Amino acid sequence: MFIQSSLSDKSTFFQKIRSIDYIMLFCILILGIVSSFAMYSTDGGEFRYHSESHIIRFIIFFIMMIFISFINIKTWHTFGYLFYIIVLGLLIWASLFGITAQGSQRWINLYFLNLQPSELMKIAIIVCFAKYFHRIQLSNVNKLKNIIIPILILFIPIALVISQPDLGTSILIALSGIIVLWLAGINIKYFFYSSLTFIISAPFIISFLKPYQKLRILTFFDPDKDPLGAGYQIIQSKIAVGSGGLTGKGYLKGTQGYLEFLPEKHTDFIFTLFSEEFGFLGSIFLLIIYAILIFRILKIGSLSRSFFGKFFCYGFGSAIFIYISVNMSMVLGLLPIVGSPLPIMSYGGSSMLATMIGLGIVMSTKIYSRQLIS
Amino acid sequence: MIGSGEDSGFKKTNIINRRMFIFAAAKAVVFFGIVGRLFSLQISENKKYLTLSDKNRLREARLPPVRGEFVDYFGNRIAKNLTVYQLHVVPEQVEDFKTLMVRLKDILNLNDARLQDLIKKKNQQKPWETLVVSENLTWDEFSKINFYLHELSGARPVLTVGRNYPYKETYTHILGYVSEASVEDLVSNEIIKDRNVPGLRVGKTGLEKALENDLIGTNGVQRFEVNAYGKRINQIDFKEGNKGKTIKLTIDTEIQKFTQKLLDGRAGSISIMDIYTGEIIAMNSSPSFDPNLFLYGIEKSKWEEIKQNPLKPLLNKSVSGLYSPGSTIKPLVALSALENDVITPNLKVNCRGHKHPLELYGMKYHCWKKQGHGFMSLQNAIKQSCDTYFYEVARLLGVDRLNKTAKIFGLGDIVLGEYFNEKKGVVPSTKWKKEAIGQNWYLGETLINGIGQGYIQTTPLQLCLMTAQLANGGHKIYPKIIFDNKQDTIEQIKQKMKLAEKKKDEDSNLLSATEKLFNKDEKNYDALYKNKENVKFVLEAMFKSTNELYGTSFSSRIEDPKYQFAGKTGTAQVKRITEADRELDLKTNQIPYKERDHAWFVAFGPYKNPRYAVSILVEHGGSGSSTAAPIAQKLFKFVIDRHELREKIRKNNLTNINI
Repeated sequence: MFIQSSLSDKSTFFQKIRSIDYIMLFCILILGIVSSFAMYSTDGGEFRYHSESHIIRFIIFFIMMIFISFINIKTWHTFGYLFYIIVLGLLIWASLFGITAQGSQRWINLYFLNLQPSELMKIAIIVCFAKYFHRIQLSNVNKLKNIIIPILILFIPIALVISQPDLGTSILIALSGIIVLWLAGINIKYFFYSSLTFIISAPFIISFLKPYQKLRILTFFDPDKDPLGAGYQIIQSKIAVGSGGLTGKGYLKGTQGYLEFLPEKHTDFIFTLFSEEFGFLGSIFLLIIYAILIFRILKIGSLSRSFFGKFFCYGFGSAIFIYISVNMSMVLGLLPIVGSPLPIMSYGGSSMLATMIGLGIVMSTKIYSRQLIS
Repeated sequence: MIGSGEDSGFKKTNIINRRMFIFAAAKAVVFFGIVGRLFSLQISENKKYLTLSDKNRLREARLPPVRGEFVDYFGNRIAKNLTVYQLHVVPEQVEDFKTLMVRLKDILNLNDARLQDLIKKKNQQKPWETLVVSENLTWDEFSKINFYLHELSGARPVLTVGRNYPYKETYTHILGYVSEASVEDLVSNEIIKDRNVPGLRVGKTGLEKALENDLIGTNGVQRFEVNAYGKRINQIDFKEGNKGKTIKLTIDTEIQKFTQKLLDGRAGSISIMDIYTGEIIAMNSSPSFDPNLFLYGIEKSKWEEIKQNPLKPLLNKSVSGLYSPGSTIKPLVALSALENDVITPNLKVNCRGHKHPLELYGMKYHCWKKQGHGFMSLQNAIKQSCDTYFYEVARLLGVDRLNKTAKIFGLGDIVLGEYFNEKKGVVPSTKWKKEAIGQNWYLGETLINGIGQGYIQTTPLQLCLMTAQLANGGHKIYPKIIFDNKQDTIEQIKQKMKLAEKKKDEDSNLLSATEKLFNKDEKNYDALYKNKENVKFVLEAMFKSTNELYGTSFSSRIEDPKYQFAGKTGTAQVKRITEADRELDLKTNQIPYKERDHAWFVAFGPYKNPRYAVSILVEHGGSGSSTAAPIAQKLFKFVIDRHELREKIRKNNLTNINI
């Protein structure tokens, strides 16, 4: 607290380069490379559509992330609400004029990319909340107004995403927001009461779900009940992971993958494919890379001198953790199947775009860690 | 920064960090939860999931086993595997199934019913499963398909193995036939069930059925990797199956074909047996049918035609047809009487013709000869087949003593064992009648039993065995139809028979021989008589019957000693002859077919050094001397001409089987 500091960070470009978190950068690169190999495998050992576009996207978004890193954290703070409003606008746009695929209207055609605004909302909600709670005094946090407004901010996009319908993403948006609310210091009893309410009303909520969503939840509890129908994905995914063993079946030799027993192998089930080919050791390696990445993000958060930076890094790091654990739990049969991609690894431009923006902001927090935001 | 703000900021930082810490602790729990799950799936339960994964991706395709073949005594293939041309379609690979079928219909001239069948079948199976459009294409059709193949995408001309019987109807009753395995086949035979593949052909009758387990062979196995949709991706492993055993019969195809010719157009049976080895040289039941018809399912009209044929082509008359032996039993009756010292060959009986029949308890017993034979001795009575004489012999002998002798010589029991659906027939006794019919035996029944009528029922093969066992000097032999390459030579057999004869002298009781019947090996070549002279006497009588004037088969004799044979005719009534019938005295062709007598002839030859025994039956053929005996004349000539060829093979004890 007694450290001399200026209101603005005036470090030179060279200093900025030096203050980049290279460990984090290294982790991102490894994930990018690993995901490219995995994508090559899902294409059956050839450079085809998925592997090509995944690699191109990774390169573009990685460069974009570096670029974002050099944008002052203050800028993100300034345009925090605007970012949220733009994404919300896109969400509404998608709901009205979006592309429908697999019974869900959630994409906007941008010609070079089918943008899924709900993915961006996962980041936008954190940015928005980080800004909201940045200024609020601890003593005011539990005021009714400061509970109602964030809940509204959170509720609008969730409602939009649920109506697409996209249960998985809406849950992840909700979780991303709730983390920041938690960090902001909102009284524990609210969390307790609301989760209690949720549990009690769960059956009521379930009755509003689409039949296929209900089926997924029921299947989760007993996948063997209908092994060729709804339980097929979980069973095949478990078989793939389980048959991988300690060292895996070998790269490009995952039979579950290339014989097409795995559903959605380049998106939600990319970890299954990776785990089948590289086994327990490969999976642990991937987990460690993710753990280091998250640890670095949280570390950057703890070093940040602005609450905005702290909230964002803690929030984003925790959100990444949640995305990973939800995805992995899902493919390992610990959670019901809900659409949730594995950050960076999964095929999908919007998810990667959102993750890279988030990582860019984290990096910018690091570079401008001494930046104070009034 | 303002002081209070700093303080508040400090507090806020604290609470953020604390809450982050709580959350991080939760994260660690989740992290280790995931690691634990990975460990349990990939390390602890790895084996289970590996198995499941292999079950997912590997499919075994079992190929049809290659069936063993049958060869005759000379190694000619009589049931073989033939390349057949088939047309398969995998619906999955067809762009437009309907168009293809219409096109194929044109090319192959398929009828509408078949087309409907195929479409129905296609709808019942998975799209990647093979649909057999045509099981047996002619070469012309096959080449036509290949010619048009470029416009028949999805159609696959295939070469596969099918059963073929080159001698067609000649071997039907011995070999039987194969046809697609039915549910009953699968239920009754574990091996068929185990090796079954769609389209597997299994034996339905005859040796094809009896030797199924040897013939069937083992499946080849192809292991495939399949994708999630069941489509074959690549072959991983191929294990060739073993072909079934090749089975060599004792049958001579030329003789078998000749018997076929001899019986052409008639219902009947011819069996020829080697009197020393028991090998069946030919066994034919007429009429027959072409077993090739059954391979791909017989047409209903053809099946009906076979089934409805009054000459009963489906019945293997040689082993499953039961007939009264008629006079062919007389040598055995004579032997039994002599063996039991009931009569001497000098017994004289006066046969006085139809005007003075034998009367017993008010029933009349006629001889076949209207004017009577006059005074007969035993040998003459056999030679001229005098019924009156044998009424008397039978009366003196009694049914139970005849029963014993008949059983010893192989009547009333199955001959070949488990191969065919053999009938045992009936050799009556007082005890038998009591048990089977529940009545007491009447003496009158003994009399007609003595001329091979009444309850007594035999199969042609039983009579052949009986004749063979008389002809070899009265020794036990075991008929066989499957060639045994570890058998004794003829010299060894004759040696053993001599030994058995010596043993016989020490062991004079006929009954103990019966008891020993149970043990086959011990029993082989054992003497079946008490006194060798009795057998000789009977054989002489049979010689006279064929080769002396007034003998019943005199007109069918062969004088050349090389072919000279001795036999006994038989004319078995199929209905009781009434007085009215006797008055009418109709010729055979004037009587309705079903009421005509069965013609029998049993014989052995060559007489000087006998080797072959035959039994000939012509159903409703009239008298044995006019119908059956002439067949023997032709047959002995043919069989003995082939004797040397056969002996050569025997000496080498092996044949070159051209496979």
